[in-house]
Amino acid sequence: MSPLELLMAGLLVAAALCLWRAWRGPTPADRTVSVELLGTVMVGFCAVLAVKTGKDLYMIVGLAWSLLAFVGSLTLAKHLEGRRLDD
Amino acid sequence: MIDFASPRETAAFVLLSLGLLFDLLGCVGLVRLPDVYNRLQAGTKCVTLGTFLLLLGVVVRFGFDAMGWKALLCIWFIAMTSPTGAHAIARAAHRSGVPLAAGSVLDRYQEDGEARDETRDETAASARGGSAP
Repeated sequence: MSPLELLMAGLLVAAALCLWRAWRGPTPADRTVSVELLGTVMVGFCAVLAVKTGKDLYMIVGLAWSLLAFVGSLTLAKHLEGRRLDD
Repeated sequence: MIDFASPRETAAFVLLSLGLLFDLLGCVGLVRLPDVYNRLQAGTKCVTLGTFLLLLGVVVRFGFDAMGWKALLCIWFIAMTSPTGAHAIARAAHRSGVPLAAGSVLDRYQEDGEARDETRDETAASARGGSAP
């Protein structure tokens, strides 16, 4: 197992902890937090994959994932608050 | 792949390892802390710094080529979006009535609540009045 694969395994453990909180979270706000954190952790995973393979495709995936996690968590937060998107 | 004979790649690997450490500790905080606000505070700051370090590792490894600039752009996006998202989630959690943990001693947001809600109702009423046909 190469050092970079060890790093990837550690990041997958972090992502699994986020998913555990999304599964067990007692309130919807906990699940929203874990979705946003999962997005950020997976951007880091994409960075390690980019170093491992040397292809910049993975950085493009990370860029898209960071923006999608932001839009998703913002939408869920608005929904929790009971407001409309244009409010 | 990482070549440990090169000081540059070794520095990149050290940055990647530190980033993994911060990410893991942030996610442990997300699992272990008692309520939403504590989890948000552990998770957002710690995981944001960890991902910054991972992306800086990419910049150190590849320099300022296509990959490095994409990593810098990604750092910029996360620096802009992560605090905004955390703020929105904390406000939404408080307004949707998620209670604080049992040991909490102070809730300034609740103390300010009534004045802010009156302002918000007035704003909403004027917006409805303005947009009515």
